[in-house]
Amino acid sequence: MLKKISFTVNGTPVAIEVDVRETLLEVLRNRLGYTGVKKGCEVGECGACTVLIDGTPIDSCIYLAVWAEGKEIVTIEGIARNGELSKVQKAFIEEGAIQCGFCTPGYVLTATAMVQSGKQYTREDIKRELAGHLCRCTGYQNIIKAVEKALEEERKEGGSHAANR
Amino acid sequence: MYNIQGYFEAATVEEATAYLAANPDLIIIAGGTDVLIKMHHGQIEKARLLSIRGIKSLQGIRRLEDGTIVIGALTTFTRVGDDPVIKANIPVLAEAALAMGGPQIRNVATIGGNICNGATSADSASTLFALNARLQLQSRQGERVVPIQEFYLGPGRVDLKPGELLTEILISPGDYQSYGGHYIKFSMRKAMDIATLGVAVLCRVQGGVLADVRIGLGVAGPTPLRCNEAEDYARGRAITPETIAEIGKLAVRSTKARTSWRASREYREHLVEELTGRALRVAVARAGGIKIA
Amino acid sequence: MPDTVVGKSVSRVDAVAKVTGKAKYTGDFVMRDMLVGKILRSPYAHAIIKNIDVSRARALPGVAAVLTYKDVPRNRFPTAGHPHALDPKHRDKADRTILTDKVRFVGDAVAAVVATDELIAAEALKLIAVEYEVLEPLLTPEAAMAEGAPLIHDDCPGNILSSGGYEIGDVEAAFQEADYIFEDELETSIVQHCQLENHISIAYVDSDGRIVIITSTQIPHIIRRIVGQALGIPWGRVRVIKPCVGGGFGSKQDACLEPLAAAMTLAAGGRPVKLELSREECMIDTRTRHAIKYRIKTGVTKDGKLIGMHIRAIANTGAYASHGHSIAMAGGSKFRVLYPMRALKYEPYTVYTNLPVAGAMRGYGSPQITFAVESHLDNIARKLNLDPVEFRLKNLVQAGYIDPLNGNAVRSCGIHECIARGKGLIKWDEKKARYKGQTGSKRRGLGMACFSYGSGTYPVGQEIAGARIVLNQDGSVQLQIGATEIGQGSDTVLAQMAAATLGLPVDMVHVISTQDTDIAPFDTGAYASRQTYISGMAVAKAATEVKEKILDFVRGMTDIPAHALDIEDQNIVYKHSGEVVMPLAEVALQSYYDPVFARPITSDTSNNARINAFSFGVSFAEVEVDLKTGKIEVVEIYNVHDSGKIINPQLAAGQVHGGVSMGLGYALSEQMLFDEETGKPLNNNLLDYKLPTIMDVPDIGVDFVETFEPTHPFGCKSLGEPPTIPVAPAIRNAVFDATGVAFARLPLTPQLVFARLKAAGLVQEGGDGCV
Ligand SMILES: Cc1cc2nc3c(=O)[nH]c(=O)nc-3n(C[C@H](O)[C@H](O)[C@H](O)COP(=O)(O)OP(=O)(O)OC[C@H]3O[C@@H](n4cnc5c(N)ncnc54)[C@H](O)[C@@H]3O)c2cc1C
Ligand code: FES
Ligand code: FES
Repeated sequence: MLKKISFTVNGTPVAIEVDVRETLLEVLRNRLGYTGVKKGCEVGECGACTVLIDGTPIDSCIYLAVWAEGKEIVTIEGIARNGELSKVQKAFIEEGAIQCGFCTPGYVLTATAMVQSGKQYTREDIKRELAGHLCRCTGYQNIIKAVEKALEEERKEGGSHAANR
Repeated sequence: MYNIQGYFEAATVEEATAYLAANPDLIIIAGGTDVLIKMHHGQIEKARLLSIRGIKSLQGIRRLEDGTIVIGALTTFTRVGDDPVIKANIPVLAEAALAMGGPQIRNVATIGGNICNGATSADSASTLFALNARLQLQSRQGERVVPIQEFYLGPGRVDLKPGELLTEILISPGDYQSYGGHYIKFSMRKAMDIATLGVAVLCRVQGGVLADVRIGLGVAGPTPLRCNEAEDYARGRAITPETIAEIGKLAVRSTKARTSWRASREYREHLVEELTGRALRVAVARAGGIKIA
Repeated sequence: MPDTVVGKSVSRVDAVAKVTGKAKYTGDFVMRDMLVGKILRSPYAHAIIKNIDVSRARALPGVAAVLTYKDVPRNRFPTAGHPHALDPKHRDKADRTILTDKVRFVGDAVAAVVATDELIAAEALKLIAVEYEVLEPLLTPEAAMAEGAPLIHDDCPGNILSSGGYEIGDVEAAFQEADYIFEDELETSIVQHCQLENHISIAYVDSDGRIVIITSTQIPHIIRRIVGQALGIPWGRVRVIKPCVGGGFGSKQDACLEPLAAAMTLAAGGRPVKLELSREECMIDTRTRHAIKYRIKTGVTKDGKLIGMHIRAIANTGAYASHGHSIAMAGGSKFRVLYPMRALKYEPYTVYTNLPVAGAMRGYGSPQITFAVESHLDNIARKLNLDPVEFRLKNLVQAGYIDPLNGNAVRSCGIHECIARGKGLIKWDEKKARYKGQTGSKRRGLGMACFSYGSGTYPVGQEIAGARIVLNQDGSVQLQIGATEIGQGSDTVLAQMAAATLGLPVDMVHVISTQDTDIAPFDTGAYASRQTYISGMAVAKAATEVKEKILDFVRGMTDIPAHALDIEDQNIVYKHSGEVVMPLAEVALQSYYDPVFARPITSDTSNNARINAFSFGVSFAEVEVDLKTGKIEVVEIYNVHDSGKIINPQLAAGQVHGGVSMGLGYALSEQMLFDEETGKPLNNNLLDYKLPTIMDVPDIGVDFVETFEPTHPFGCKSLGEPPTIPVAPAIRNAVFDATGVAFARLPLTPQLVFARLKAAGLVQEGGDGCV
């Protein structure tokens, strides 16, 4: 059963017919080529498939594609602008928060949402916000540092308008 | 890809009940964090789904003039945990909401789905039990309100009649005002885990005496449950270590825990005793100083 | 050698690709016409397939092929990622066929379907009718070794895959001389790698009729051989491509999917077939870590010297051999240099059971034996009333020690310094004093554990590594290695080594991260913490060769003798003064375009490293035990490592963080559980299998004692696996210190801990008297 839906991905409008059986993860990866969205479990347990929907991190593996109607979706491919890495991306590189990299896109998106929220986070808050992602490589240490750093940079600049840069 | 054989969307409660009346086999899907997982594991096969996500009237939380707090069935856990009305009036429910899953799950999982899924481990349930929450159910035939204790029938089974939808969760002012509460989720991990035991304790304190204690437990039996014997004992007693210890002991009597590979019955019972006491201590502290009419 | 880049925390060479989502993993290869493969799995732990009817599945529209054991070659092949041994006696056990007519664990592959999409494939699986003759499942080594137990593999009497072991000195004589004898039984659990990227392979037949397999593997060159063996075709007809890998930890040091993926594309007329495991499948039908039971008997003198130890080990290897035969042995070999003693006897038995297949996993047998020995040592220390650190210091190895069995020498040895630093970091003495005589319901304790480990597998395994360097026209280089990046950072440290040798900044070294067996030099792959050490030697060799060629070319251009020249900072300089002769870029361009002498500079080398180096380290942990729930909180944890010279401190720390977190899970929460009667997996998903989340991992302290290992051009030793090894015993010892209860098995789950504490009388009934 097909259904025609429209949404945006990284600002680009998309109008396609999706199969109601498809997940957003599948449509993004297989049909639209956003392969930066990863799949680690298909049941909401690992966070590798995280994308932002209207600014909120969700697991795209348990989100039916038809639900994307009218939504603004951001994937990892939409975070760097014109080849320039965002604060979060830079912090991930600088702090050594990346190893195999399979969990990285998901973390970067959740961290981006945090940076954009304009909220203040304690270290404990940061952990709680990142707790929907599993990483087997890094022991999480440098990921926490990277997110702390990105939040700090954002705070210094004092505005959420620049969060994506 | 999920093996979905049919898919419908309702934008209003009326539309939803009409769909359900016409197609009794439809499975309601809200956040989908239980339904889709069950489909993935083959526990639900070839389902025809009715999505109620689009029903705006069921999203959000309000406080009525009489103090009743109304939580729409489609309210997400993130919202419950963050909502000013909940934080100001029933902080223990916010605490329970944030103990659930992880952020991405909480961003889509609904409190209505948590209840209707019928799991004894549902993180909202023990607290809602302790709060004497009432559930508003609606079908083409009309509305009814059921206390949450009566709604749970068995593991994974709830009292949803064919064609019925959970619309709202109601909490009366008398059930939360002046109460202090605490929810302990005992699990192997501090996030992304299913409770080994969930303990929600609410209490009201008056002049150094336990005016009222309500204990809701999850995973202490096939459904969430209340500890009536312990609660009856507690009422009117002075707050002493002995009382608290006894309440913990009596709480075990209401449980019907079983041994599974996740934990043994003995261990769960021990945890009931120990954690009921711990939760009560915190609840007492939080209830302390509150003037009770 | 100018080593401006080595020792620096340069960013990963693949960091930008990974942080932007551009990094390409196997699943990201999209091909027109791609089919999907799925596997029908056995519901029984042990059964013979009497009959299998696939006609209905084949008839289903959208199904391209259905395979059973009848439809695939029946060659028996080994799956372990080891170099091929020329001597048949030393080869890995070949006990697998692509599909089987006898299932040996719940989840064993019975049949396979290739279809146009996954739902059709899943539907087709349901249409396959299998008639089983169910056999008695053997779910423990004891059951498998029992008299009269059915055989899991017909050619393996007693279900014992391997035994053997060794004896150094005369252990019975040593026991005679000992003042005290101590005995313990300890055991570990079955755990799983849980790398974030599940196993996945895409196979197709190319226009030349060769089988191409894009696959998430640690060992592309070995996979090529194994697929050739499995299909019974010349190995050169197989081409294996390894793109980015989303973690492996040993589970991808094995041929789990590739032979079947190859068979699938052959059955589907060469069309591309994607065979991707779900998480649930990945957890049962790839590899696990061996659960091992130990009985240890130790003789100690009055003054606390270890003089003899006898270790018996029974390793549960599951249904197929994989690495089983070598893991118990590897663990028993790598630990023994830590405490040289007069006599040491090691008796391992590796036993088949009807459980998922155990294979390589980070530490390769060492986490298990280190847990056992280091826990046992703490038990002894307590009985002798010795401080656990002091006890170890009396017995630790010193530089100069040579392993009497394999001749590997301890040439660099920082373990004493590691311990000293760890003690300081955790404030051992101060806290030990503070926590004496605690009484409350929450108790603190300190523990530590040491380890020794090898760098690569020599002399058991061959250590061959290849590197190829091309000097580009702009003075940058391409670096191509056979070693595989799987997240550990090898591409980056190898680039650093090449850069250091060639006087280049790292961004002038372009690493070809993909290994394609048609193009990449031969290297056996990512395992045994070998790449920085072994593959690093090959890179250094290739880079040195390129450097020599460059300087020789400059000699041709300038008549300055090559030995008077060096490369620094992208310039050819006089060695003695540093004065610039000419930019390297100029040499590079000239090497391509000089009308007469053009001779582009490359090297293509291989290094057969007949050497090994011991790395060392220690974990110090502080825990708080909640006596009333059995919950353990790790309050502080420090790992201090001697891995020789650290090539990239940030990446090295990352290895330690990851290893420690894996060790924490091993200590406290992770275990694969199976129904005791049927062998059905109970928790093969990431919600029920408790690997630590970000909330569960405390701050991890990391320090390095940088010795210089003389066998390596850059002085480095292994680091990839070691951080996992000492964590669980350190935590266990801390819990022992806190409670006085000598826990003997992993993991220390709250329920298990509580039960033991209660039995030990540490839990009083009723409240603890404080409101
Ligand atoms: C990774 C992961 C972690 C989780 N962790 C936790 C946890 O820690 N604690 C916990 O309690 N749960 C947890 N869950 C389970 C699940 O997320 C919750 O139960 C959630 O609240 C379900 O809500 P939903 O909206 O997603 O429900 P859905 O899946 O949409 O529906 C659940 C059930 O309720 C029915 N239903 C939904 N809404 C209505 C309605 N309004 N009227 C009638 N019937 C309805 C559906 O038909 C279905 O049977 C977890 C799930 C996942 C995937
Ligand atoms: S793939 Fe979606 S959460 Fe794991
Ligand atoms: S970097 Fe490999 S899982 Fe996080």
